[in-house]
Amino acid sequence: MKKVLTLSAILLAGSASLAFAQEAAAPSRDGGYGLGRAAAPEEVAAWDIDIRPDGMGLPAGSGDVWTGEELWIAQCSACHGDFGEAVGRWPVLAGGFGTLDGEDPVKTIGSYWPYLSTVWDYVHRAMPYGAAQSLSDDDVYAIVAYLMYVNNLVDDDFTLSSDNFLDVRLENEENFFMDDRIEVEFPIFTQEPCMENCAESIEITMRAAVLDVTPDEGTDEAVVEEAAVVEEAAVEEVVEEAVVEEVVEAALDPALIEAGESTFRQCRSCHQVGDGARNAAGPALNGIYNAQAGTREGFRYSPALVEAGEGGTVWTDEALTAFLLDPRGYISGNRMAFRGVRDEADIPGLIAYLRSEGGE
Amino acid sequence: MVDDPKFTPTRRRFLQGAAVAGGAAATGQLAHAQAADPLITDLGEQPWSQYLGDGVDAAPYGMPSRHEAHVVRRNVPWLTADSVSSVNFTPLHEMDGIITPNGLCFERHHGGVADVAPEDFRLMINGLVDSEMVFTLEDIMRFPRENRTYFLECAANSGMEWRGSQLNGCQFTHGMIHNVMYTGVPLRLLLEEAGVKTEGTWLLAEGADASGMSRSIPMEKAMDDCLVAFAMNGERLRPEQGYPVRLVVPGWEGNMWVKWLRRLEVGDAPWHHREETSKYTDLLEHGEARRFTWEMDAKSVITNPSPQAPITHGPGPTVLTGVAWSGRGTIPRVDVTIDGGINWHQARMSGPSFEKSMHRFYFEFDWDGSPMLLQSRAHDSTGYVQPTKDALREIRGENSIYHNNGIQTWAVDESGAAENVEIG
Repeated sequence: MKKVLTLSAILLAGSASLAFAQEAAAPSRDGGYGLGRAAAPEEVAAWDIDIRPDGMGLPAGSGDVWTGEELWIAQCSACHGDFGEAVGRWPVLAGGFGTLDGEDPVKTIGSYWPYLSTVWDYVHRAMPYGAAQSLSDDDVYAIVAYLMYVNNLVDDDFTLSSDNFLDVRLENEENFFMDDRIEVEFPIFTQEPCMENCAESIEITMRAAVLDVTPDEGTDEAVVEEAAVVEEAAVEEVVEEAVVEEVVEAALDPALIEAGESTFRQCRSCHQVGDGARNAAGPALNGIYNAQAGTREGFRYSPALVEAGEGGTVWTDEALTAFLLDPRGYISGNRMAFRGVRDEADIPGLIAYLRSEGGE
Repeated sequence: MVDDPKFTPTRRRFLQGAAVAGGAAATGQLAHAQAADPLITDLGEQPWSQYLGDGVDAAPYGMPSRHEAHVVRRNVPWLTADSVSSVNFTPLHEMDGIITPNGLCFERHHGGVADVAPEDFRLMINGLVDSEMVFTLEDIMRFPRENRTYFLECAANSGMEWRGSQLNGCQFTHGMIHNVMYTGVPLRLLLEEAGVKTEGTWLLAEGADASGMSRSIPMEKAMDDCLVAFAMNGERLRPEQGYPVRLVVPGWEGNMWVKWLRRLEVGDAPWHHREETSKYTDLLEHGEARRFTWEMDAKSVITNPSPQAPITHGPGPTVLTGVAWSGRGTIPRVDVTIDGGINWHQARMSGPSFEKSMHRFYFEFDWDGSPMLLQSRAHDSTGYVQPTKDALREIRGENSIYHNNGIQTWAVDESGAAENVEIG
């Protein structure tokens, strides 16, 4: 009993002064702790990829608008559109001039970004989406040159290089300024607020329900019951699917499917497959196996892919293998932004996965 | 499904029971139930009291009760092009206290979740240092550690509400936040190990994920309270929160808390990378934009009642609760109103009050069953008072996207249902 009392006394003391919980900082040691090791120059070179507006980090190289356009159509346009106008909700990269002070600002490289170095750095570190850091330095120069071209910054005979890079200025650079909330907002937002009789009357001026953009969820009984009905229907579907799957799985090796699921990680930033798959940057792949090329409903294919399908290309094992190894070589002019599966041995698994998830 | 005793009937029964209790309370005196409750009198209705349940190890890593399966992060599919570069939201209306359970912490990825094995982890420090270095996770675990509780709020939290009330639920309007106790090594100790040169005034933090997330941080902040964290709420970081190591940048916008940390470069100027130019800059009405708006202003929201958590018990004693936080200090005070701001009341703060951490507040009152307009207003330890949305718009316009810390209004009707509204 005595011990318990002591403990509660400590707790009381603690609640009176909560500062005890944010106690002394972890100590420094003179000369350091001697942990870690020196980084080798080639290790720093491999990871130190960042570029700064003053040119720090920019590698030697060059690329022209026409080369950039070719790379762009093959690797970027599926999401960003042929001219940077964007597909769906992917980022718009061109145009938008004169919109920043309007009701619907379009913040593009041309209209908003302050520095060209940001474009070079980002394309190089993160693009193409799902195959980051796969572009050569010259490829990046060319793509940045194309982005300058579609933003009306240069003519089509322009070549961007490490020699002329620092001559480029983007027009919105001067319209950024350092955070000034402390000076501008604090004097207003530190006044003691009214507590009583602060208004005569209050009216509702806007309701979220009018817009009705909130995702549904099962929070009340009616919705829960509805969900139960849906789940029952889903159960029936699963039963039917199970029968189908048995047939498929009789021919497909589960280990192969699993390997294919892992390979599919390279594809899933653009393609969906399986229950509820829908067209995204690339077409949904349900039923792709043994289907005519370029025929998934509702997807806007390149003319090249539609032509191939009309010309008789069917996604057999052989066709899928050839296409996945070298997409642009097999159907020239198609828009799939993917350079190909590196190891041919991964392709049977990928096909097995597509068949198992997406049906025959 | 209906035959499955493990499914929803329990919840339905609970709601019916709640309605009866509410009716009783409204009369102002204790009422007997109309008939004896079979959940008390009929053993057959209480199988858990008669038959044995699961033994130990039924779930080697424990999960919430199956009756809490609706308590999950949710996303808003139309917000983003693709789930790999997207966000979901913490279910604030289902939580209490100040700590966010690890599995409910909202996610924001720019190139999906990186899967880094602890033995494959490397952290490089390069640039303007005496010696460029590489640390393994084992090295990092040998430095002195600190335990600190901090909120992480995405700068775009409430960003969909700049032009007016849009999403019905505090999960969606305010759920890009979590509050976690981190264990980690002060960033200062790692920088001291490499030896920052005197001209080293900026730090670039870079992630190992497929977006190569990168942000510039002023050296003063890096040497102050940043942590290189490997644990959250007592266990290793979750993969979606940066496993094995993330940066903790207390009080500053969540985008800077680089996950799957792989490199820190010391420099003499900021890098102006994509996430601090094209994104996370605040476009104002006249077309100019604020940059480096790192600190998160004081903010609060009432989590219950709210659109996803209506009042189901009818008139009588009612618990109003919510959370408040500030990137500049603690929250000594929160005011609440139930009449749209004509009269305000000081809420009761409860739970530990840490710097740059979430605070919990309560306001208990007897609801008379009439419509209400609920708001909360946070005061932080610097004297800053959470502004109205209109006051913010007056200074910033409606195109900012980021840093919307305006006062939120919920309209509650006679039935107890709540809706996201704006008032004037």
